[in-house]
Amino acid sequence: MQWEVVIGLETHAQLSTNSKIFSGASTAFGAAPNVQACAVDLALPGVLPVLNKGAVERAVKFGLAIGAKINRKSIFARKNYFYPDLPKGYQISQFELPIVAEGELTVQLPDYEKTVRITRAHLEEDAGKSLHEDFHGMTGIDLNRAGTPLLEIVSEPDMRSAQEAVAYAKALHSLVRWIGICDGNMQEGSFRCDANVSVRPKGQEAFGTRCEIKNLNSFKFLEKAIEYEVRRQIELIEDGGTVVQETRLYDPDRDETRSMRSKEEANDYRYFPDPDLLPLVVDEAFLDQARTGLPELPQAMRERFMGDYALPAYDAGVLTSSREMAAYFEDTAKAFGGEAKIAANWIMGDLSAALNKDGKDLADSPISSALLAGLLKRIADGTISGKIAKEVFAAMWAGEGDADAIIEARGLKQVSDAGAIEKIVDDILAANPAQVAEYRAGKDKVFGFFVGQAMKASKGKANPAQLNDILKKKLAG
Amino acid sequence: MTLALADVKRIAHLARIEVSDQEAAEYLKQLSGIFALVEEMQAVDTTGVEPMAHAQEVTQRLRQDAVTEADLRAQFQAVAPQTENGLYLVPKVIE
Amino acid sequence: MLNASLKQLSALLADGKVSSVELTQTFLDRIEQLNPSLNAFITVDREKSLAQAKTADELRAKGGACPLTGIPVAQKDIFCAQGWLTTCGSKMLHNFVSPYDAHVIEQFNRAGAVNLGKTNMDEFAMGSSNETSYHGKVKNPWNQETVPGGSSGGSAAAVAARLAPAATGTDTGGSIRQPAALTGITGLKPTYGVVSRYGMIAFASSLDQGGPMAKSAEDCALLLNAMAGFDSRDSTSLEREKEDYARDLAQPLQGLKIGLPKEFFAEGLSADVAQRVEEAIAEYRKLGAETVEVSLPNSKLAIPVYYVLAPAEASSNLSRFDGVRYGHRAPEYTDLLDMYCKTRAQGFGSEVKRRIMIGTYVLSHGYYDAYYLQAQKLRRLIAQDFVEAFKHCDVIMGPTAPSTAFKIGEKSDDPVSMYLSDIYTIAVNLAGLPGMSVPCGFGGNGLPVGLQIIGNYFSEAKMLNVAHQYQQATDWHTRMPEGI
Repeated sequence: MQWEVVIGLETHAQLSTNSKIFSGASTAFGAAPNVQACAVDLALPGVLPVLNKGAVERAVKFGLAIGAKINRKSIFARKNYFYPDLPKGYQISQFELPIVAEGELTVQLPDYEKTVRITRAHLEEDAGKSLHEDFHGMTGIDLNRAGTPLLEIVSEPDMRSAQEAVAYAKALHSLVRWIGICDGNMQEGSFRCDANVSVRPKGQEAFGTRCEIKNLNSFKFLEKAIEYEVRRQIELIEDGGTVVQETRLYDPDRDETRSMRSKEEANDYRYFPDPDLLPLVVDEAFLDQARTGLPELPQAMRERFMGDYALPAYDAGVLTSSREMAAYFEDTAKAFGGEAKIAANWIMGDLSAALNKDGKDLADSPISSALLAGLLKRIADGTISGKIAKEVFAAMWAGEGDADAIIEARGLKQVSDAGAIEKIVDDILAANPAQVAEYRAGKDKVFGFFVGQAMKASKGKANPAQLNDILKKKLAG
Repeated sequence: MTLALADVKRIAHLARIEVSDQEAAEYLKQLSGIFALVEEMQAVDTTGVEPMAHAQEVTQRLRQDAVTEADLRAQFQAVAPQTENGLYLVPKVIE
Repeated sequence: MLNASLKQLSALLADGKVSSVELTQTFLDRIEQLNPSLNAFITVDREKSLAQAKTADELRAKGGACPLTGIPVAQKDIFCAQGWLTTCGSKMLHNFVSPYDAHVIEQFNRAGAVNLGKTNMDEFAMGSSNETSYHGKVKNPWNQETVPGGSSGGSAAAVAARLAPAATGTDTGGSIRQPAALTGITGLKPTYGVVSRYGMIAFASSLDQGGPMAKSAEDCALLLNAMAGFDSRDSTSLEREKEDYARDLAQPLQGLKIGLPKEFFAEGLSADVAQRVEEAIAEYRKLGAETVEVSLPNSKLAIPVYYVLAPAEASSNLSRFDGVRYGHRAPEYTDLLDMYCKTRAQGFGSEVKRRIMIGTYVLSHGYYDAYYLQAQKLRRLIAQDFVEAFKHCDVIMGPTAPSTAFKIGEKSDDPVSMYLSDIYTIAVNLAGLPGMSVPCGFGGNGLPVGLQIIGNYFSEAKMLNVAHQYQQATDWHTRMPEGI
């Protein structure tokens, strides 16, 4: 039987506000336990929530960025359940009327493009953390994270493979960082996904029974968890079993998902509108302000790069994978002034490789866009060859200064003096009569040997085009 | 709507209140009386009536995104049943 | 001094005839003497109160006094007060010393008033008789075999027995007005949103409202001046200009239009209460007011609607009491679930548990539309009745409670009959309107009767004027229980 995989993602993006969604406590990561849990976060008797404007602005920006409908009126509801990391015994969330509805995100895959529909995005508060290290057999509760603003972004079940799900999650991750609403730090839990996974026989319209895999905090885990879960479901059905709708947890150590029975029992959340909060109304002025605060979006920028800089779609896609990358490229291309594709090649090639190798972010690159542009200029004007440029690049990476200084200090300027090159060629031909004879007998391949020898003799500085011409002329006799 | 003993027990569990069988039977009697009173509501046709959640037709005020709260952990934990190293301790949570 | 109005006390303090320390001492002594039998206070802290009184005297000496500076005010134990045990009448909070002040407490502190102690109340404000308190029943000073009403029964009994010059209360379905009526004092529940709910332990958030309880309308006006005001920490607090609620007290009532809802004078109202209320209305006619019959056709639904909405909100509001961060935790348990279930079974009394159960049920899957949503729709119809009625009158009058104070224990086994004692007050909370109770005589058993005055939104100053003019013409509000 041929199976089709159906995946929908629920993504929690922690909004990058200074204070919590309903209190004035700090959201900074890494503080000592409970020092950032104020009276409201602790749900002391009598305290009340007041909504953070910064959280609303960020949610609206996200809605605008995915071309969604912004609900002018949205409602906060209480989701009631008992858990020690949930101080009020309910989570304030949006249920029937979320702030963002019906948007979409276009995702690039290696061979095709896919549009994933986004059902809704709503504001809610995060819970605290349970620490299970042994406190005399007890669990420790840290409520610093309680009340941190989250945007829960719910997709339609539009993805058909783990690859598509990962591509969507990456695009979403890139977008929330791009528009500055979430720092995207997955290790710190600022961006995490729940995946709803089901399988159905190819051609069948009805969805299969889905399982929800909770709290996937890396793209790798997302991919592996889905792959495992798909295999598990197919094997289960093929063995005559049926999939039970349930919540599952991915265990990266064992690379498998397992049932979270504790979450299953009696999930009657008794949602009702929170009487402590009034309807949230977003007016035209608020929307305009959010719109003005939005940067050029990746998709628009990608198209502009293809037009303005004549870049292929792939390059434009890679260069708009983050705002930093896009800005770096544009700054380099502008300062360089030459063919933008060359700048793109260097950024996507040598620069990315060097960053990767040293585990550095673009922001910490020792080679600024201005430095890189300086190097590209020297290649373009023939001062150095592409090969020498790699040496200059390495020296720039090591912090030896700008391209001109390095070329000067190391004497890397290309030799374009015909007399000097002729001298080198003459010496080589004289030293290698056997190879000269071979060439002249029609063995063209030997030409490369002469180029190599000449380059070696010139320490790579001979102008390659000139060297070719002179070699050909001399060999021809 | 008639309430059964099983309903009372389910509600008590949702509300995390321990009830003995005898207490559950008592609740059943009392709650049934209250729900008989509440049933009067069902007779009214409310088609087209907008539910009223708040007394005033006002909208949510927004707070500026600023940190205004200081660390008062020591004060807050002074009234806590059990803490250690700044953490609130609870019986082991099993996931 | 015990019968003096706040204005008179303020004058005595201003003239140096008495200091706040002396005044506070007087009331503390009286509490020490009478509280053992009345049980109106849960917490009294001489040292704290006297320290505040000393500060108030110093403030006055420096010339920084306002009308309430140095006046002792008893605070309902529902208001969090920093450093004070704040139990909300529950075992759940039997050990909760609040680390912060409610907005109302802050406002009184700012005015230089003295916190005289925390008054007893029905547990989590759920009750109409003050029999559900973990700290024991409160006695009605007029007859100690009867209840003082609830839930602000401790505050009502304290003012009635002159254990305090004034007190605060909260009113979700009648919890200021009904005990005021049953103890012969004056109480006002303001328009929803006028007094901040920050630090006032929530029962039903969309209905709860704090307000003053005192001997007279004039005193209530002075207290409300301190209590009211915008608070950015409560999303439902209304941003309005500060008003002086005493500004219109002296206005004559000539031409005042009083609406009398026919539903308030029907079956279920005891004859003696009906008679006193009618006499009060006759007095108003003498003062130049006109009466007009109005109708509140949906008011009969107020009780069912209230007993869906209030428990629903309460069931969720009270989930925070879980034994994790403060308050009671069961001493023995087997695991987390057992800790929750035992803590809450032990910490809450039976009325609170009953309401949590009702609320949990009406919100649970499959019942939300039939109960909660339907109740919210009916709430609108009830509120619209008042809008319609206020087209024809300035204030609405009627009884506060269907009878005078009932015997302790009389209704405690029958929740439904207990709930019916709030039949005239609940609709006002559902609509979010201001309501008052003013003493208007005594019933057949010699117990006080309250006249309810319901005003339009934000008409507190007008209502206080209406009540004050009546109190200028009558002396019911000056009567004091015998032997006290």
